[in-house]
Amino acid sequence: MIAAQDLRKTYGPTLVLDGVSFALARGQCLALLGPNGAGKTTLLRLLATLLRPTAGALQIAGVDALREPERVRPLLGVVAHGSYVYEDLTARENLRFWETMRGGDASPARLAAALAQVELDAVAEERVRTFSAGMKRRLGLARVLLAEARLLLLDEPFTGLDRRGRKWVNEFLLAFKAGGGTAVVATHSFGGSLGVADRIGILGQGRLLLDRPAADLSPEELHRLYESLTEESLTEGAEAAP
Amino acid sequence: MSYARRAWIVFHKDLLVERRSKEQTNALLFFCLLLLFLFQFALGPDRDRLAAALPGLLWLGFILAGLLGLGRSFLAERENDCWEGLRLTPGDKSAIYLGKLAGNCVLMTAVEIVLVVLFGVFYNVDLWTPAAPLALVLALGTIGLAAVGTLFAAMTTQVRARELLFPVLLLPVQVPLLLATVSATQALLLGQPLADVAHWLKLLAGADAVYVTIGLLTFEFVLEG
Amino acid sequence: MTRALGWLAALGLLAGLAAGFGYAPREAVQGNVQRIMYLHVPSVLTAYLAFGLVLLGSIAYLATRRPGWDRLAGSAAEIGVLFTGVTIVSGSIWGKPTWGTWWTWDARLTSTAVLFCVYVGYLMLRGLIDDPEARGRYAAVVGILGAVNIPIVHFSVKWWRALHQPSTILGPEPSPIDPAIGLALFVNWVAFTLLFAYFLSRRIEIARLEEQT
Repeated sequence: MIAAQDLRKTYGPTLVLDGVSFALARGQCLALLGPNGAGKTTLLRLLATLLRPTAGALQIAGVDALREPERVRPLLGVVAHGSYVYEDLTARENLRFWETMRGGDASPARLAAALAQVELDAVAEERVRTFSAGMKRRLGLARVLLAEARLLLLDEPFTGLDRRGRKWVNEFLLAFKAGGGTAVVATHSFGGSLGVADRIGILGQGRLLLDRPAADLSPEELHRLYESLTEESLTEGAEAAP
Repeated sequence: MSYARRAWIVFHKDLLVERRSKEQTNALLFFCLLLLFLFQFALGPDRDRLAAALPGLLWLGFILAGLLGLGRSFLAERENDCWEGLRLTPGDKSAIYLGKLAGNCVLMTAVEIVLVVLFGVFYNVDLWTPAAPLALVLALGTIGLAAVGTLFAAMTTQVRARELLFPVLLLPVQVPLLLATVSATQALLLGQPLADVAHWLKLLAGADAVYVTIGLLTFEFVLEG
Repeated sequence: MTRALGWLAALGLLAGLAAGFGYAPREAVQGNVQRIMYLHVPSVLTAYLAFGLVLLGSIAYLATRRPGWDRLAGSAAEIGVLFTGVTIVSGSIWGKPTWGTWWTWDARLTSTAVLFCVYVGYLMLRGLIDDPEARGRYAAVVGILGAVNIPIVHFSVKWWRALHQPSTILGPEPSPIDPAIGLALFVNWVAFTLLFAYFLSRRIEIARLEEQT
């Protein structure tokens, strides 16, 4: 689904990504770990075609994402820090807006179904301004569900969520994968994504210091490797188990 | 057609947001009232002086209100990275510009109506007789202001010193529109027929067409990034 | 190339000075102060050339995204603003003894002043954006709008001016163009164009070096 070769990104004199290469098969989930400032968000934005790399190549679903980003974008579902919500609109109005902008079917039935799937149907007519961070993120996930995204790009989906919230996101991802979807999850806290990730990548100093199937690593090994590679410890390590 | 749907939903969304945060529109309209007082105090009690300056004051007030109102066009998009979300939507991005432009035209029309009514009441000017041709001039002026204002607002949303750069960019481009609308308004208020200001109307219509076209063609370059 | 241009420009300016002060006759009505026209008119023509290049560079940049076009647009705009400033100041200096006032809202001066403001705004926009890619894009949009607006400004100001009868009929051009005056004007125009080319070449060079650091 994704094939990245030697992606490089510089902002003026600052080198953020220094030759990142990896491949991710359809139906798999890549967990991108790394401390703050490692370049996770930059890499995710590159994958989302929101940024152009300074060098390197990227193919998504067989399409050259750098030359034809418009062809790739309909496949993408991006839920990032901002989560693309208009604070003054209700949950349902937000979904209606984004789904219409996508050119999709924004019928009340579909909107209601998506809201129900993310357990926001009770607050469908409430303004998003009243939502918690977790609820806004769930709304973002409803948006990508409606959009029938095939590749999910999530940036720090676990931040600000309690244990129940994290579990919910994990279950969502599992269901998404079961439906044939692919996902890249960037996170600096491990928060239980070990259960849903098929591959683990550790990003540090702009490079992929580790890229292994999750099955090969036990949680303890992962912690050890992470600490030695990045000289930091995984936050919320104690709650790593789902 | 998807293009029309997307332009419509942007327009609809902006109206919803505006209606929900009514305080902001109200503040803008109240600003018009304050401008009225300001003009009166600046020009002094001489009735004739005020009457002579009236067309200019009307458009001056309109442009000042426009600077405030239009500059905020994309404020909602700055929250929660919605701008980025718009970048990721498929299809011709100029539909977004069109929707925003429509919303801004509605906003500016509301401002205009308020200003005209206030002027009529406070300065005791007969704006009713030439109402129809005046409305035409107002409409053409509005489109021109909104067309460039929407484009520049999109641009300056992402730039430092936004509140200063927006008027600096917009005002020089507005000069021809200002000259045309004030001249036409003056003629109409003096009772001249519409035919006398036909050349101004043609200029306005031409300028509007140019500005909207450039807006439609270049908006995708502004949105990206 | 640049140095050759520099020399040519210097020669041209010398020729222009000679033509303007030596060759061309003293104008009957205005006297020697009219000679400032040899600075004023070529300046405004060069300014229009500059802004035409801004338009070209802007469109080309949006089409190709090659930084060279953006450098052309930005450099041409800077020099264009410079020449516009010269036009306005020389026009003002001309106006003082001729019309008795430092400033008058005649069609040309007004249009030129508006042009000046548009492109100063353009330069301010460029100055406020650090990211070269975004700067190029946004500046290009303003550059295109500003350039396309020029004829609109021209007509609106001309018609507006016609409403308010000018106090005198003195304009920048003396009524019948004496061939000697015409020739001196032409020589100066060529000189200014060469000077512009020299400045532009230098400025683009500096811009390219700046981007490499």
